[in-house]
Amino acid sequence: MFLQLFFGYCALMIVVSGLLAISLRNPVHCVLMVLVLFFHMAGLYLTLNAEFLAAVQIIVYAGAILVLYLFVLFLVSLREELHLTAFVPNAWLGRIIAAGLAVGLIATIPAFSLGEKGAWTVAAIRGATHTKALGQELYTSYLLPFEIAGLILLVALIGGLVLARRDENGADTPESGADGKEVLR
Amino acid sequence: MIPLSWYLALAAILFCIGVCGFLTRRNVIIMFLSIELMLNGVNLNLVALSHFLDSVRGQAFTFFIITVAAAEAAIGLGIAIALYRSRRSVHVDTINHLKG
Repeated sequence: MFLQLFFGYCALMIVVSGLLAISLRNPVHCVLMVLVLFFHMAGLYLTLNAEFLAAVQIIVYAGAILVLYLFVLFLVSLREELHLTAFVPNAWLGRIIAAGLAVGLIATIPAFSLGEKGAWTVAAIRGATHTKALGQELYTSYLLPFEIAGLILLVALIGGLVLARRDENGADTPESGADGKEVLR
Repeated sequence: MIPLSWYLALAAILFCIGVCGFLTRRNVIIMFLSIELMLNGVNLNLVALSHFLDSVRGQAFTFFIITVAAAEAAIGLGIAIALYRSRRSVHVDTINHLKG
């Protein structure tokens, strides 16, 4: 009973904060709403016996990725983003597509049946602790993907450095008006 | 015990919220955030199925998806900063120079 209540609370918070995140005007508020969403995702991972992933969700997603988003939002001036013009026909088309997709996906859920079960039962994971179970799989069955993930992170590091590097030739002059605001269509 | 279908339905809703945000918003950074929402929907699906199938395979996938999401955020936001430097605007409607 408590689990169902906890799931309901997390699901409600996830849906509400997700909807707010894509509808609020101020991008900083959007990022903060996504932060709330990630914390409740971590709560859901806890109900699924995935403690390590819950910790990774909070540390990596909430602690690193969202902070990166906030940094970029503060680097890029906020005033222009508050100047969103209403794309009403496009926006409603997008909402209809998303709603149709949701209805289609949820309608197919009852037809879903589980495949054969694996070796890591809840009792086995509890016996070995979740971190150890995941680590054993990662370092044995998924060793090559693990190495590739490290390579992807290296590429992201170098790519981020190269992209965010300033031009030495002083080509960084603003082309817009004195108030830094460009006229948007 | 929470039935699997609840998790799947929640993941589908989260994914579609991400799709909606990606289609309706015009701000590049919010579009990246919407991609993160979609990835989180997929992650929830994978972790739930992994739990109900007594396997940690889905959780290993989730681990890799989080890695790729971090890389995508770094590169995407780097591109956003570079675009902002040269264009002083982060709205995709104004980024159409590659159009033939």
